[in-house]
Amino acid sequence: MITLFDKPDTVWELIANGLPWTLTLAASSLAIGFVLAVGLALLRLSPLKPVRWAAWTYVYFFRSTPLLVQIFLIYYGLGQFEAVRDSFAWPLLREAHWCAILALTLNTTAYTSEIIRGGLQSVPWGQVEAAKACGMSVLMRFRRVIFPQAIRQALPGYGNEIVLMVKSTSLASTITLLEMTLIARKETSATFTIEPLFVAAMFYLAINFLATRGVMAIEYKLSPELRDAKRLLPLPDQQPAAR
Amino acid sequence: MSEALALLAWGDGGWGDEMVFGAFVTLQVATLAFALGIVIGTGGAAVKLSKVRGVPLLGDLYTTLIRGVPDLITIYIIFFGGGQVAMGVAQLFGYTGYIEFDALTTGVLALGIISGAYSTEVIRGAVLAVPKGQIEAAKAAGMSTSLRFRRILVPQAARYALPGLGNVWQLTLKDTSLISVVGLVEIMRQAFVASGSTKEPFTFFVTAAVLYLALTSLSNKVFDKAEIWANRGVRRA
Repeated sequence: MITLFDKPDTVWELIANGLPWTLTLAASSLAIGFVLAVGLALLRLSPLKPVRWAAWTYVYFFRSTPLLVQIFLIYYGLGQFEAVRDSFAWPLLREAHWCAILALTLNTTAYTSEIIRGGLQSVPWGQVEAAKACGMSVLMRFRRVIFPQAIRQALPGYGNEIVLMVKSTSLASTITLLEMTLIARKETSATFTIEPLFVAAMFYLAINFLATRGVMAIEYKLSPELRDAKRLLPLPDQQPAAR
Repeated sequence: MSEALALLAWGDGGWGDEMVFGAFVTLQVATLAFALGIVIGTGGAAVKLSKVRGVPLLGDLYTTLIRGVPDLITIYIIFFGGGQVAMGVAQLFGYTGYIEFDALTTGVLALGIISGAYSTEVIRGAVLAVPKGQIEAAKAAGMSTSLRFRRILVPQAARYALPGLGNVWQLTLKDTSLISVVGLVEIMRQAFVASGSTKEPFTFFVTAAVLYLALTSLSNKVFDKAEIWANRGVRRA
């Protein structure tokens, strides 16, 4: 991972050195998790009972246990089995950051799938019927009618999930990953001041502020029907004369 | 499988009793923190709904800070800095001794402050959900402020708040796992210690997961029951 400041002069620079990891963890798990969550939400709405049940169990497990348990299960737990230690994945699962990304991804997939499911179910059935009547295929119906509206509906909830994930990356500090929280905690232990923790808190607040603003901007862009007209269009007789 | 069960046996030979004891500590911290959170949340909601100019801003500051900062950071700040603050306050009263928060105090205080922020929003919403006409009717009936509060506002707001508070409880229960980082021997810490001495981390973290699942599922049922009870007089379409 890149180091922003080789010789940090201030606490701010020191904590900023953890920023790349925090952002990497949040961005990668959110990105992979979103794709998986769309799939999982569709499985949750599958007509086949065993499929629905399996998806429900996954969501239930990851939403009912603390993220810390999930992280420890993957980082410490998997190494218990020889089969895992001998497998091709071991060089990855041995590393704290891959474990953190894996745990965060699996976790956010469960939460996000519920948000997307809510969005999918909010699309009125009449629209699906109308799309069918127009002769759209299943795939086109999903792409053009259901999905865009579901996303718009799910966006506010997803904004909360982004904030939660940014906060959750701090748990990676428990498995020795040097992101902002661990740097701040080490510095606090070394200097006996809690200033580093406050600085880290400010960084998280700033990230979350920007993230929520970003989501609000997308929301604004995606819902033109809810916007107030910025300027009134000129009435026909007020239109400038054609040149 | 049988080896794993032997590890989880009751008594000196296994870790079963220790894990269950950890679950009781988890439940204890969660309950105390949740209760503290409701007290803070009630105050927070009052601050946020205050009509005095500038006062609601304080409430916004509290909820925004707590909800935007990782819980782990909040816990560390209280663990490392809470003692200093307490000593400062104690010095005002002439006490000059050394104060340090133990893990349990840190846990209850930190989780209480965190869940308090979420409870504030829930309770604020619930108070706003009580129709204004009812308060006006109570005024017209000649009820005093405290009587209105006790008989009209609280019973109804409590009903509206119940589902939201159920979510806050789930959150608090899961958040107790974070207190293990400051050394409180609850489920997570116990699982960590056990897996360190037996070299079977998977077994113990799965056990921890199962205990959390049991606690969340059980409390879900309790809250569902409570909701049915609270809504027993309400007619639904």
